[in-house]
Amino acid sequence: MLEVKNIRTGYGGVEVLRGIDLSVASGEIVAVLGANGVGKTTLNKALSGLLSLTSGSIIFDGRELAGSPIAAVEAGLIHVPEGRKIFPNMSVHENLELGSYRRGRAGRARNIERVYETFPKLRQRTTQMAGTLSGGEQQMLAIGRGMMAEPKLLILDEPSLGLSPLLVEEMFDLVKRLNGEGLPIMLVEQNVVQSLEIAHRAYIIENGQVTMSGSAAEISGNPELKRAYLGL
Amino acid sequence: MYSPTILIEAMINGLLTGAIYALIALGLTLVYGVLHIINFAHGAILASAMFAVWGLNVLAGIDPYLSILVVTPIFFGLGYGVQRLVIGPAAKGDDGNILLITLGISIFIENALLAGFGSDTRSISSDFSFSVIEAGPFLISSPRLVGFAGSLVVTALLWFIMSRTDAGKAIRAVAKEKLGASLMGIDVGHVYALTFGLGCAALAVAAGLLMPTFYVNPRVGGAFVNIAFTIVVLGGMGSIPGAMIGGLLIGLVESLSGLLLGESLGQIGIFVIFILVLLLKPTGLFGAKA
Ligand SMILES: Nc1ncnc2c1ncn2[C@@H]1O[C@H](COP(=O)(O)OP(=O)(O)O)[C@@H](O)[C@H]1O
Ligand SMILES: [Mg+2]
Repeated sequence: MLEVKNIRTGYGGVEVLRGIDLSVASGEIVAVLGANGVGKTTLNKALSGLLSLTSGSIIFDGRELAGSPIAAVEAGLIHVPEGRKIFPNMSVHENLELGSYRRGRAGRARNIERVYETFPKLRQRTTQMAGTLSGGEQQMLAIGRGMMAEPKLLILDEPSLGLSPLLVEEMFDLVKRLNGEGLPIMLVEQNVVQSLEIAHRAYIIENGQVTMSGSAAEISGNPELKRAYLGL
Repeated sequence: MYSPTILIEAMINGLLTGAIYALIALGLTLVYGVLHIINFAHGAILASAMFAVWGLNVLAGIDPYLSILVVTPIFFGLGYGVQRLVIGPAAKGDDGNILLITLGISIFIENALLAGFGSDTRSISSDFSFSVIEAGPFLISSPRLVGFAGSLVVTALLWFIMSRTDAGKAIRAVAKEKLGASLMGIDVGHVYALTFGLGCAALAVAAGLLMPTFYVNPRVGGAFVNIAFTIVVLGGMGSIPGAMIGGLLIGLVESLSGLLLGESLGQIGIFVIFILVLLLKPTGLFGAKA
């Protein structure tokens, strides 16, 4: 599905990603884990074409991605960004409509119905301005908006950030449920424990490089990881 | 004391003129709302649109109202192209640069018009320019009535585009959340150009509606833009309904203070409103919080 080969990029001459290899197969939840500032969001920006590569390649769905957000969306690689980035001045309904601006327009009405079935809370708020939603509702909207583009791969950047523990639980359940419907998901998180519980495989990123990868079970059992991330 | 008839007539005339002011303010507020800059070339673009309407009339005998159908798509295209090919690439993402570039464009246009037409004032006059409609005791200028109707139609059309079409929704999305919009596959550069094009198109319509009763020279835009800027501040920077309501209000104030204080002091009322808004409600009537 997604094949990332030795990508390097950064901001204005400062290299942040220093040769990353990674893949997501169809049907998988792949967790990309790491502390704050290691380059997870930078990786997502590179995958979705917001940031151009200095070297390496991104093969998605059998083809090399052209390196623009438009090309990524057209190909079905949909990135739900850190901090949600919903349209605060527009209604919930309009936010969802714009989710299918570039892709999935023909299925708009059907997909909106599907999103409302997945997130009944959003249905009660169709005309509410998105900026006035609670943090949890905004995250649901951001994911729902991503679903509107009929993704082939969904990248979620820290979906649990800033949510109450109960909502975090709900968020991980949701990720699992979406995946259960056949959607491959790349889950980018700092929440190592809960991510490993639902992921099939995981990558640990440190300082712009993959330092560990394997099945979720392998990674969970790794003594080094326990020491570094779980404080055990 | 003035008779009620005179007062009411002044109010009607003020509202009719105000609608055209609103149309000029519309483009300014739209561009501000999305690109977050004051387009300093707004007045110069209005002047060139007025010259275009005048030129079509003098050279080809085309009625100014009819010329709207020709001039509007041309100015939309010019606005789109200038943003896409000049302002966008030169700005390199810095809003401060955009400001300076529009200032440069305005100087360029003004001088080009001066070189081409000199500083003479020109106008189109026909019988229609002076025709009036009698509504009970009131005499209402027909061209101003047409201008009023035209402005309302354009505002309604723009409102429809912004609230009902994907293009309009994309414009609103980019106005507040560029990154989120990019991730939906919205082409931000295209949206900027579209917005600039719509602003210029509104000016082209305004030019066609103005020319039957107004004159044109290369500097004519300045006076209108000062008023339009007051309207944008009064209505709320970036708000379309704010521009319309603000325009009508300013037209009313200008007309009444002109009547009560004398023609030469008519603008004082506008100036006072401008200061009051800045003091009491800096976000304007319909403005969002910063
Ligand atoms: N827009 C930017 N300009 C310059 N440096 C940035 C920018 N965004 C992130 N960085 C830097 O890149 C590094 C990785 O950031 P990021 O990818 O956001 O990390 P993470 O998502 O893992 O927390 C950090 O050192 C950060 O300061
Ligand atoms: Mg991040």
